[in-house]
Amino acid sequence: MLKIKDLHANIKGKEILRGINLEIKAGEVHAIMGPNGSGKSTLAAVLAGREIFEVTHGEVTFNDKNLLELSPEDRSREGLFLGFQYPIEIPGVSMVNFMKAAVNEQRKHRGLEQLSPADFLKMMREKKELVEIDSALTNRSVNEGFSGGEKKKNEIFQMAMLDPKLSILDETDSGLDIDALRIVANGVNKLKTANNASIVITHYQRLLDYIVPDHVHILYNGRIVKSAGKELALELEEKGYDWIKNGE
Amino acid sequence: MANDQDKILDEVTSGDYKYGFVTDIETDTIPKGLSEDVVRLISSKKEEPEWMLEFRLKAYRHWLTMEMPQWAHLNVPEIDYQEIIFYAAPRKKNPNSSEEIDPELKETFEKLGIPLNEQKILAGVAVDAVMDSSSVKTTFSETLSEHGIIFCSMSEAIRNHPDLIKKYLASVVPYTDNFFATLNCAVFSDGSFCYIPKGVRCPMELSTYFRINAANTGQFERTLIVAEEDSYVSYLEGCTAPMRDENQLHAAVVEIVALDNAEVKYSTVQNWYPGDKNGKGGIYNFVTKRGICRGKNSKISWTQVETGSAITWKYPSCILLGDNSYGEFYSVAVTNNHQQADTGTKMIHIGKNTRSRIVSKGISAGVSNNSYRGLVKVLKGSENARNFSQCDSLLLGDKCGAHTFPYIEVDNPTAIVEHEATTSKIGEDQIFYCNQRGLSTEDAVGLIINGYAKEVLNKLPMEFAVEAQKLLQISLEGSVG
Ligand SMILES: Nc1ncnc2c1ncn2[C@@H]1O[C@H](COP(=O)(O)OP(=O)(O)OP(=O)(O)O)[C@@H](O)[C@H]1O
Ligand SMILES: [Mg+2]
Repeated sequence: MLKIKDLHANIKGKEILRGINLEIKAGEVHAIMGPNGSGKSTLAAVLAGREIFEVTHGEVTFNDKNLLELSPEDRSREGLFLGFQYPIEIPGVSMVNFMKAAVNEQRKHRGLEQLSPADFLKMMREKKELVEIDSALTNRSVNEGFSGGEKKKNEIFQMAMLDPKLSILDETDSGLDIDALRIVANGVNKLKTANNASIVITHYQRLLDYIVPDHVHILYNGRIVKSAGKELALELEEKGYDWIKNGE
Repeated sequence: MANDQDKILDEVTSGDYKYGFVTDIETDTIPKGLSEDVVRLISSKKEEPEWMLEFRLKAYRHWLTMEMPQWAHLNVPEIDYQEIIFYAAPRKKNPNSSEEIDPELKETFEKLGIPLNEQKILAGVAVDAVMDSSSVKTTFSETLSEHGIIFCSMSEAIRNHPDLIKKYLASVVPYTDNFFATLNCAVFSDGSFCYIPKGVRCPMELSTYFRINAANTGQFERTLIVAEEDSYVSYLEGCTAPMRDENQLHAAVVEIVALDNAEVKYSTVQNWYPGDKNGKGGIYNFVTKRGICRGKNSKISWTQVETGSAITWKYPSCILLGDNSYGEFYSVAVTNNHQQADTGTKMIHIGKNTRSRIVSKGISAGVSNNSYRGLVKVLKGSENARNFSQCDSLLLGDKCGAHTFPYIEVDNPTAIVEHEATTSKIGEDQIFYCNQRGLSTEDAVGLIINGYAKEVLNKLPMEFAVEAQKLLQISLEGSVG
């Protein structure tokens, strides 16, 4: 589904990603861990097409398309979803309008009819139940005045609405209370199928008790320095990152 | 179906001024320039009574003593009044068939989305269509007259309702008021008159659609709305003009009178041709709009969406004379490319317990300049006056300017006047967030500015709110990304 080959990216002339290689197949869950500032969010942003990062080298294919050639909106329409580490507020724009526009753009891209208002509201209702998000939130403006945890839940709700092929969740677990963590993880698990995949960026093993990854990668200094099964997360929890850093 | 959708999409994204066409029609014009003779000629073309001519001449003579105001934050090139044609009216093809409208005119207004055929028209909206200097057709006049409502062109009103016109014309904006209003008094050509009798709730929206067509002409229309005791009316104004390289002058006057317990809502979607990307051409829009809440508990509400014109100079105001009267001003003003706008309101509190509310949302892009100018004045005798003002500016890009000039003059210690102002930019992160959810940058900007302007757009009648939303997006095409 996703193939990253020797990906390098800069911001303001400073190299942040320094040769990333990663392959993700349908049905898989990959966890990416790594110390602060190692480039996890940068990798997510580069995959989503954020222009402030400049790709200087490497290739990324997404379902056999050259991902790097697509505009950010086309990447989204092709089924790539990014759950933001810091979701953005858009004052005055209702969640309903925002989601209606997003869902219909995606349907247009796939050659489907626009949803009728009634069908759309039905879909909203179903997805809200699936990810157990409060109606009070989806009746407000996009993320405006949401608490940190509410913003994260809202990302999962949007993911449910857009039903992506590949979702990249950037620290969706941080700032969540225990119940919210379980709800978010359940949401992700419920949305999982044999045809989609996810990348879960996290600092905590705790999340991986709920969302069990097939692979765990450690990103350090712009490179994936270690990949293994889910036991790697446990090992990190125990030993911290020093052994990784020293190994370099 | 798919074709229709493509068309709509094309309209929304093309970004060109889609009303810029010219109707090829024979026009009755007078020679260019301004003099007493021209004023007399206009009056005689309109077959006006003597008192109207006297009014015009009085205004004209006064105008000669006036100078163009310079206080606005605008850069206005010198206007040569001898180069302007002050009267142009579409000529009837067949002067004998008195009722029928010229098919070309009908077609023009249909193209603008204003069918003049009562069967086809938007349900619940009566329209007075004005092209250049004269009213082309007023729809639903008969239906309205069953309620005692008068809705007709100003020319007709002068002929058929002289007592009302004598009583109310220039009663809110006197002929000495300001340079452009005085000019309008001398040369106004047409416009709409609307009278709602006591106790009547006008059953449909009334609207005037102004169209400039002829070249080198100025448009000077006058609108007068009188709402008697316990009456209600919602009024809409729309306007467009062809794309021309020369600037054209539009100097209108709108007056509203609200008596005891009357309510008047006046909404404008101003979309005059703004000029091209390099600032060539476009309408100079110098408009005086003022309402008086003369009766107790009366209410006047101005809502404006200003997207067009090369230069806008406009301050819809309320004189709150009646006790407990209420004035509102809701505005979205967009400037892009080289457009300049200096717009705002005046709220003059005279009566007791009068309240006013100002919500102004400026959006600037390109190298444009957008100013809010407002005055809240509380007179000595106005006990317990209340005002709340919210003035927000949104900047797209860093070559445009946003300015606020709020003036507050309070002569009564019981008044409470609050003013809030913010300036913000559309964040690159907001746009990226929308992009990541599948929205194009243009759509993202549209969504964000519509969110920003929501409080004002919500004040517009439904059909027009949708139009206005599209318009906001179109006028900012190409300004981001
Ligand atoms: N807009 C920016 N301008 C300058 N430097 C940036 C910018 N964005 C990221 N960086 C730098 O890139 C590096 C990687 O940042 P990134 O956000 O990808 O780290 P991360 O692995 O997600 O860290 P965390 O665990 O703290 O979220 C950091 O050194 C950061 O300072
Ligand atoms: Mg991060």
